[in-house]
Amino acid sequence: MNEKRKEKTEQPDDLRIGVFICDCGSNIAGHLDCSAVTEYAASLPGVVFAKENLYTCSEAGITEIQKAISEHELNRVVVASCSPRTHQPLFQSSCAEAGMNPYLFEMVNIRDQCSWVHMQEHAEATEKAKELVRMGVAKAAFLEPQKDIEASLLSRVLVIGGGVAGLSAAEALADMALEVILVEKEPKAGGLLNQINQLVPEGVKAAEYVERIIESVNSKSNVTVHLGTEVKAIAGYIGNYEITLQRGEGEAIQEKVGCIVVATGAVPLEPAGLYGYDGERVITQMQLEEQLLNGQFKAQRVVMIQCAGARVPGREYCSRICCMIAVKNAALIKDQDPEAQVHILYRDIQMYGTEKERMLWDARGKGVRFDVYDPEKPPEVKDGQVLFEQPIVGTKRQIPCDLVVLSTPLVAREGASALSQLLRIPMDQNGFFLEAHAKLRPLDFATDGVFLCGSARYPATVAEARSQGLGVASRVATVLFKDKLVTSALVAEIDPETCVGCLGCLDMCPYGAIEFVPEKGICEVNTILCKGCGCCAATCPSQSATLKGFKPKQLLSQIRAI
Amino acid sequence: MNEEFNPKIVAFACNWCAYSAADLAGVSRFQYPPNIRIIRVMCSGRVNPGFILKALKMGADGVLVAG
Repeated sequence: MNEKRKEKTEQPDDLRIGVFICDCGSNIAGHLDCSAVTEYAASLPGVVFAKENLYTCSEAGITEIQKAISEHELNRVVVASCSPRTHQPLFQSSCAEAGMNPYLFEMVNIRDQCSWVHMQEHAEATEKAKELVRMGVAKAAFLEPQKDIEASLLSRVLVIGGGVAGLSAAEALADMALEVILVEKEPKAGGLLNQINQLVPEGVKAAEYVERIIESVNSKSNVTVHLGTEVKAIAGYIGNYEITLQRGEGEAIQEKVGCIVVATGAVPLEPAGLYGYDGERVITQMQLEEQLLNGQFKAQRVVMIQCAGARVPGREYCSRICCMIAVKNAALIKDQDPEAQVHILYRDIQMYGTEKERMLWDARGKGVRFDVYDPEKPPEVKDGQVLFEQPIVGTKRQIPCDLVVLSTPLVAREGASALSQLLRIPMDQNGFFLEAHAKLRPLDFATDGVFLCGSARYPATVAEARSQGLGVASRVATVLFKDKLVTSALVAEIDPETCVGCLGCLDMCPYGAIEFVPEKGICEVNTILCKGCGCCAATCPSQSATLKGFKPKQLLSQIRAI
Repeated sequence: MNEEFNPKIVAFACNWCAYSAADLAGVSRFQYPPNIRIIRVMCSGRVNPGFILKALKMGADGVLVAG
């Protein structure tokens, strides 16, 4: 309603629109009459050229568009074919190559949203395609040329967390000649690997393994390691972050970086109140690792209980790595003393991949006993015995033991939510950081310039944390190995003449891209942070905020053409 | 004989979810009636109530905002 006042219906006079209708082989032409659509497009106001192509996205199709731009002096191009989500960038860059501003391009979806969904309705689909083309052409008339936004990039990276994931990322980034600042909260780098005994299946000592990576990182002149240090403040955005670090009570350190890697890891759950945990006769896998490492382990009869504090109400996720740790330690105990009795009580065994499956069978071969328990009736630890019920046969069993080991999950760090607020990055319900997309962008955050690896994302094995660390280095490189940051010009803008500084847009912006400037009494858009959603434009009571490419006159022209 | 009522629907679809879903419907060859016109926006938050009223005024019988 508010935006109605700015509505203008007259088209610019110098319009020279070219429309290209794609057959997509028979994908479109097989279900609607592309020739009729082309003929109709040619009759629309402002259209000076219309052409049907077999495949508009093929080299021949692209050449045809580029030729038409120069021969017919086109100043708008409309392609009616598949989805702009997949093909708009290709057509836009082709138009740019031919000398037309790429923001004067418009795409009409007559395949995914027309021919493919109305396959038996030839006449109706043809009619719909005509209308969609009419709407696209109407919008194209009101498009405006734009310039991509460019910003500088600092070739420096902040890595938060000096565990295996963070160290691996720092090492790889340094090898790519980027300057790295590695911040570790503890006085020593290495994370959980400092506390554990050995790694499987190679049987390498964990401390030696991580020490090699620490040495490698320390030996690089382009890495600055800050131990016993925490991140206190973060300002700025991709390419230009300003970081404040704090070492103990000391003076704050200021740094500037272009990208940030979150590798803060996770911590094993302290199972207070579970299965009579006392840290002596009932311990965690982590404490067992320490005993094995220090040679203090002496027990003869061991029972391990899986999913201790995991996959229960309130903590429903599977920590993924505890089964492997239990099987690893059980096999180690049998190796040390074949006479020792080791029982593993489990709900489901998670030993993914061929190597880990092999470990499980080897452990069985060594005489480790596996028994299933019912989560409804968890085992009880009482008087030097573990009591449990075998769910299938229904019999009660008692296993005498002198040590109970609880396999507790990795849980998110307490400081995770503070970091989440500092960086404006999301967490899941368990406090682990949430990546941009579980499968397509597993190491990125939705926030540009911030990346994620290791157990801060989800419990990971050492090999996984390392490969994620290396992967994250590649992701950072895709940003920082460019001369400058180029982003889409389709962002919001606020007219300083009409803005009254009501702050309505500021609260609506999901990306924190709007700032109130007290000296001017108005709001301004940070074009690098702006993602072009247009929430501000829909909110602004004075219509001062607009979204380029989706301005009222552009959308209303499309609506008028329905 | 009465002509059957065939409503004209205008949909404002978010580029990242609803518009992608409409693409997926196509890729999956789901068939639906051809009386809907989808207008792509970058976020359903862009849709000002004025756009909805304008669509109704221009002859739409129903407006769908999906995001």
